[in-house]
Amino acid sequence: MSGIPHDHYEPKTGIEKAINSRLPVIGLVYDTLMIPTPKNLNWMWIWGIVLAFCLGLQIVTGIVLVMHYTPHVDLAFASVEHIMRDVNGGHMLRYLHANGASLFFLAVYLHIFRGLYYGSYKAPREITWIIGMIIYLLMMATGFMGYVLPWGQMSFWGATVITGLFGAIPFIGEPIQTWLLGGPAVDNATLNRFFSLHYLLPFVIAALVIVHIWAFHNTGNNNPTGVEVRRTSKEEAKKDTLPFWPYFVIKDLFALGVVLVVFFAVVGFMPNYLGHPDNYLEANPLSTPAHIVPEWYFLPFYAILRAFTADVWAVQAVSFLTGGIVDAKFFGVLAMFGAIIAMALVPWLDTSSVRSGKYRPMFKWWFWLLAVDFVVLMWVGAMPTDGIYPYISLIGATYWFAYFFVILPLLGVIEKPAPLPASIEEDFASHYPDAAE
Amino acid sequence: MIKQLTLSALTALGLSATAALAAGEGGHIHDVDFSFEGPFGKYDQMQLQRGLQIYTEVCSSCHGMKFVPIRTLADEGGPALPEEQVRAYASQLFVADEASNMHLFDYDEGAARPLTSNDHFPANNSQNAPDLSLMAKARAGFHGPAGTGINQFLKGIGGPEYIVAILTGYTGEEKVEAGTTYYENTAFSTGWIAMAPPLYGEDVEFADGHSNELHHEAEDIAAFLMWAAEPKMMARKKAGFVAVTFLVLLTSLLYLTNKKLWAPHKGKKTTL
Repeated sequence: MSGIPHDHYEPKTGIEKAINSRLPVIGLVYDTLMIPTPKNLNWMWIWGIVLAFCLGLQIVTGIVLVMHYTPHVDLAFASVEHIMRDVNGGHMLRYLHANGASLFFLAVYLHIFRGLYYGSYKAPREITWIIGMIIYLLMMATGFMGYVLPWGQMSFWGATVITGLFGAIPFIGEPIQTWLLGGPAVDNATLNRFFSLHYLLPFVIAALVIVHIWAFHNTGNNNPTGVEVRRTSKEEAKKDTLPFWPYFVIKDLFALGVVLVVFFAVVGFMPNYLGHPDNYLEANPLSTPAHIVPEWYFLPFYAILRAFTADVWAVQAVSFLTGGIVDAKFFGVLAMFGAIIAMALVPWLDTSSVRSGKYRPMFKWWFWLLAVDFVVLMWVGAMPTDGIYPYISLIGATYWFAYFFVILPLLGVIEKPAPLPASIEEDFASHYPDAAE
Repeated sequence: MIKQLTLSALTALGLSATAALAAGEGGHIHDVDFSFEGPFGKYDQMQLQRGLQIYTEVCSSCHGMKFVPIRTLADEGGPALPEEQVRAYASQLFVADEASNMHLFDYDEGAARPLTSNDHFPANNSQNAPDLSLMAKARAGFHGPAGTGINQFLKGIGGPEYIVAILTGYTGEEKVEAGTTYYENTAFSTGWIAMAPPLYGEDVEFADGHSNELHHEAEDIAAFLMWAAEPKMMARKKAGFVAVTFLVLLTSLLYLTNKKLWAPHKGKKTTL
């Protein structure tokens, strides 16, 4: 199935031949595991395995949690406490699931930024990238709905604020919001549909993950040089690659082990560090928390949402030009979704002929500024909306859009890239001069 | 939902004061060196028992603890009272607010039946006081600096410290607004809290002879409420310790395996 020439599975024994002629499942597993992988992959290529682990962890812990959870506004909070106090190992399951979401997002952000730096989104891997972006969007939807299920104060008010975003759409916003909520406000109907979807979407994600892996198994992995594996012959391809099993399986498992040491330390010793104390208060529609803050992994986009207030001249101009249809609130919503769409469009916004940022002297700086920008937006998203914070949000949000829509298209034209290595083999050998094959 | 809304409406007055509290913002909060902090911290069984005594004799007249099953008082990693003692304790627990505990109502007797250790602590909304089951996790004592979360990382989230600060933060000043008395409290977000000072020092006599000065009492009840909010903490830390130990071992082996596996391709000699 891979575009890189390599040895395919040949059934040898009678029973293998019998099975494989009827259902080529052994061949599928063999070809998937033995895919030729660029041998110069660095440690930023381990997040895919971490993500696969996270999806498995969330599905397994989630299914067991559902066995003890009750999706009803009067019972949900109490049923979570029942899990924490009465269910054998329930407290560990819940903390694994809650912190598992954080690990999932940490890994996906590192995975995405890896792709942005090394140009993994460029031809011929655009479809892999787009599917990845869809997975990321579904992850955000799933994470958000999962946070509503314990029915704490932040669950309730977070749900109220986020569904309110859809209400900002002109003309059709309110009916859409009512349709999403199943009523005029966040209530039992909302909790039930979020529960249903929170259970469904991970399986959609799992299916898309298979397509994501299928897509890059066809194009081959990108690698730190961005130089493609040579495909002229099996011999040359072999010089650039090593089979996924055992070389990358063992490497990835080692990396996963390091990540899990940190993860289990957090779950075991500080499981509430990334949560919000208010979510240990049962939801109360009559008491609004002083600050409604989303989970940390939504903060960069929450900051972009809040950055475009009615004071910003661009917002005023758009509002004037559209006759008030696009007001500050709707502008903010468009900006937030636009910030994610900008990432999805990056294969067509980046005009450079060079794939990897390693060989792009100007791009590097702008990229790292984007990474810093992301962290700053995450920080400012949790800050109040007075004083200097709105200005920081606005600068951060502006840079986010400038990077994708101005800087990337221009860089490809004005930048003079550094010379690329002739092959992956050459790059690998330059790191390990003692290697002689 | 209707029931919830009605209850909420009844408690609206009390909640308007607690809404700001929910954010956990307030005056300066001192770090207390609790025995249960850090990866190896454990609950002090005697302290939890003293805290239970304060909860029973003082707090429970206005507050409830509806998510905590009474039987868990006998659990290891908690107050660990003998089971007979827990049964006796349950049977003499007073239900201050019958309307909030209708599941205990005995229609033949026309009153709440005696509790058993299988019941939860009674709910109590009689004074609009918040439930204490999760209070130690629903408040934060430490923030920042500047939203970075470093203080919470170093000192913990600080729920128990917040409780100590509130209980010891009264200045003695009072004011009456719209018929409600407020008490000045240095730890509370607005500076004025609707809860009258519950502890003054020497409020309870401890069987173990421990000091009953105000700050000792405050620390004991804070520790007890931390246990009430997080009863499986010691089991969790133990699981975390076992998991981390075995993962370090497994990861070390994978490191060596990986090193040996790649060595021929990197031109490195391996001693393994």
